[in-house]
Amino acid sequence: MLALAAAVALAPLALANNYHYEIAILVGLNAIVCVGLNLLIGYAGQISLGHAGFFGIGAYGSAILAARYGWPPVLALAAAVAAAAALAYAVGRPILRLKGHYLAMATLGLGIIISIVVATEDRYTGGPDGMSVPPLALGGVTLAGERAWYWLVGALLVATVWLSLNLIDSPLGRALRALHGSEVAAGVAGIDSPRHKLLAFALSAGIAALAGALAAHYTGFITPGKVTFQHSIELVVMVVFGGMASTFGAVVGAAVLTALPQLLTVFKEYEMVVFGGVMMLTMIFMPRGLVPTLAALAARRERAP
Amino acid sequence: MSAQLAQFLLSGLTVGAIYALVALGFCIIYNASHVINFAQGEFVMIGGMAAASFLGAGLPLPLAALAAVALAALIGMALVKFAVAPARGASVVTLIIITIGAAILLRGLATVVWDKRIHALPAFSGDAPIAVAGATIAPQSLWVIGVTALIVCALWGFFNRTLTGKAILAVSHNRLAAQLVGISVQRVLLVSFALSAALGALAGILIGPITFTSWDVGVMLGLKGFAAAILGGMGSGPGAVVGGLTLGLLESLGAGYLSSAYKDAIAFIVMLAVLVLMPGGLLGGRATERV
Amino acid sequence: MKLHAWLATAILATASAVQAQAPIRIGAFLSVTGPAAFLGDPEQKTLELYVERLNAAGGVLGRRLELVSYDSGGDAEKARTFAKRLIEQDRVDLIVGGSTTGETMAVVPLAEAAGVPFISLAGAVVIVEPVKKWVFKTPHTDRMACDKIFVDMKARGVAKAALISGSGGFDKSMRGECLKVAKNHGIDIVADETYGAGDTDMTAQLTKIRNSAGVQAVLNAGFGQGPAIVTRNYRQLGITVPLYQSHGVASKQFIKLAGDAAEGVRLPAAALLVAETLPDSDPQKTVVLGYKQAYEARFKQDVSTFGGHAYDGLMLAVEAIKKAGSADKARVRDALESIRGYMGTAGVVNMSAQDHMGLDLTAFRMLEVRKGDWALVQ
Repeated sequence: MLALAAAVALAPLALANNYHYEIAILVGLNAIVCVGLNLLIGYAGQISLGHAGFFGIGAYGSAILAARYGWPPVLALAAAVAAAAALAYAVGRPILRLKGHYLAMATLGLGIIISIVVATEDRYTGGPDGMSVPPLALGGVTLAGERAWYWLVGALLVATVWLSLNLIDSPLGRALRALHGSEVAAGVAGIDSPRHKLLAFALSAGIAALAGALAAHYTGFITPGKVTFQHSIELVVMVVFGGMASTFGAVVGAAVLTALPQLLTVFKEYEMVVFGGVMMLTMIFMPRGLVPTLAALAARRERAP
Repeated sequence: MSAQLAQFLLSGLTVGAIYALVALGFCIIYNASHVINFAQGEFVMIGGMAAASFLGAGLPLPLAALAAVALAALIGMALVKFAVAPARGASVVTLIIITIGAAILLRGLATVVWDKRIHALPAFSGDAPIAVAGATIAPQSLWVIGVTALIVCALWGFFNRTLTGKAILAVSHNRLAAQLVGISVQRVLLVSFALSAALGALAGILIGPITFTSWDVGVMLGLKGFAAAILGGMGSGPGAVVGGLTLGLLESLGAGYLSSAYKDAIAFIVMLAVLVLMPGGLLGGRATERV
Repeated sequence: MKLHAWLATAILATASAVQAQAPIRIGAFLSVTGPAAFLGDPEQKTLELYVERLNAAGGVLGRRLELVSYDSGGDAEKARTFAKRLIEQDRVDLIVGGSTTGETMAVVPLAEAAGVPFISLAGAVVIVEPVKKWVFKTPHTDRMACDKIFVDMKARGVAKAALISGSGGFDKSMRGECLKVAKNHGIDIVADETYGAGDTDMTAQLTKIRNSAGVQAVLNAGFGQGPAIVTRNYRQLGITVPLYQSHGVASKQFIKLAGDAAEGVRLPAAALLVAETLPDSDPQKTVVLGYKQAYEARFKQDVSTFGGHAYDGLMLAVEAIKKAGSADKARVRDALESIRGYMGTAGVVNMSAQDHMGLDLTAFRMLEVRKGDWALVQ
């Protein structure tokens, strides 16, 4: 945890220009979403293939309230996050009764419906070409420039990781891990599974929405491309690639998979082939994800004479 | 029956037949391996694109179609060998990501091997529209509906009368027991994937003359075929067909009478409703879970 | 003493020679893959081809041209990140790119803030209206396409028309513009249907249009494969009133996809598509024929109007650099704004401080599909 905070604080030494800062900020935003999603997938064991929908609600909600209704951006952001969490709570009750593939498909359907609504209601959302978003400002002070945003996103990332780690060690976290292991056994032990699953779902939705709203205000522009099925898949891959049930794994996964397309540009038209191949190979050979696999390797090395 | 309604019904049936074929593909693979194959839509794409390129190379339509279907079946088997089998026993999330990765890989290969343009396939028997009950239908639509019906009957015969078909059913009911009576699960997996891929490819060739084909045509088709499979009951063959046709009709009627802007959303709203209210789908039974 | 002077001069000379030899860097972000690959692929090919040709002919101002291009895949955020990379990391002198409006609009704030001339290859009118200091564009706007179509409709005596469009950005933007300007031509839009991007059957929407009272013409503001399906369904349903398509499907591929159903369809397009049949007296003939032949000889593919927009973008940039006498961003921007009477594949370009696109309605020709090929409507 301290290592992460140190990394965030020291990284600017390696960032040479605004482009590097931009990548770092995008990594940070994705990492925030992934830490929240990891609580749901890794610890509570529930799949969501529609989290880009909550990201989108945060982004568009904040954008619409700030741009079309003139709300102060910070208030718009808070409202959008609350709306996403509320929607997750409301829709989660019936959906979380499902298991495995069925839950995956239900969240998928939810995400796609949100993306279709966003793309169709162009009077509010600007449609497929997107809309501009006013910058984040509080009482006359506007947050502008890559460096300022870097510190904000970095601080929020550290805060989210801290929250996640504390949650996992709390009674709520233990309850989540219990129901991941076996829902029936957890129920027998007195854990209210539906309520806990719902809390995890709503919390991860709210975190995703926060990242979405921040992304919208930072880039100054939002399009439905961030609300698609493809983006939901990217988020899940980041979590699983980095390591399920590992908060740092989520951060590492986000970092690698956000930076990867920038590195893959060298492959030009083979980019998609390489990306798909990487996804498949890592899942086949490292099913627990990067960080847990490396940690296991390191542990084995230590034990061997 | 008003001519407008007849038009909506006919176009709904055509599209529904395609959804049914894709849903059948999902169903067969799910039954054999409990894997949701997110690359199913890509088989449809491969069928259409391969047929287009074989036709461009000079092969007559029947040969081009056969070659395309064979190619898809080979790719299906490769998918089992290199992606699904090595990951046996992995969690649901991992398997989902593997098939999604495979889908992305196949799409990427399609842009490299073929191209990024849209291709049309020639209609089997011309373009002259046929008038039915005041509506007009392209002859290709009749081919789609007819061939789908034939395939459904053939599959029914395959699963109920042939040894291989029954072996696949046995594996889907109880893998361990099937192995104990000497059924090779590996072989069953290969056959199932090849069969599903062939079905998808055939769907792509049938619908190609009407909807055209391109490297990304499989994405939405796969998702909607999946919604159809869930609507009919995941794992149920007749359910896949019923689900596909129903979904096609709902979309067509919805676009006609309600809102054409939200037509795409209909499939997913229906899917969500089914999952929440009747997870077993229209024809599936209630599932029980072993504790 | 003399030796020192000689040495100093020699060093200075080589230094400035090296400086002068530093290549002019042109940055590009295009949708080479993804849903807008139809746009980005010919654009990328065109830029590569002509940078190569310009360099073979000695470069610009004696300096080599260097093209740094990225594939944004139709994604606005990727476009933004790559544009930032071009500006901050690759330090380009000028950007030609932005195949789609969404991607362009995401990059506009970056270009404005960094002061880099940006020539967009996307269609919507919002890119240059209101005018932004550093942003220019080469394709005709969708509003111009609507105007051209309505003028032709009026000439055929149409007073009531129906609109059908898809859900993509291009479709929605053009639909909005057409709804706005129809009244200016005295045309009433009596039906307004939409279809989804991946829809495979539009008979439902067309049936509703056919049943609308008094429809005398139908306009399909669409892009991609939707319009080809609309055209086929149109003939299948036996609708006889004239069908107009948009400039988004001005390509041989549309005719191939729509087949026989495309006969008689009209659309506004650049003269590039009928380059060979233009009369020799046509001022555009040399430029469009030259581009067409070069592109088709090299890539063995039909020429595309989108590739033409990239050609215009690059050539306008080169023209501006020559006029400015250097690659200095502010001077190039001023030079771009002062270009008059320049002939591109899209038409004559007359830029000004209020008009960063420079085309007028004569740049569009009305074409009709006859016997499976494009023909000019006189």
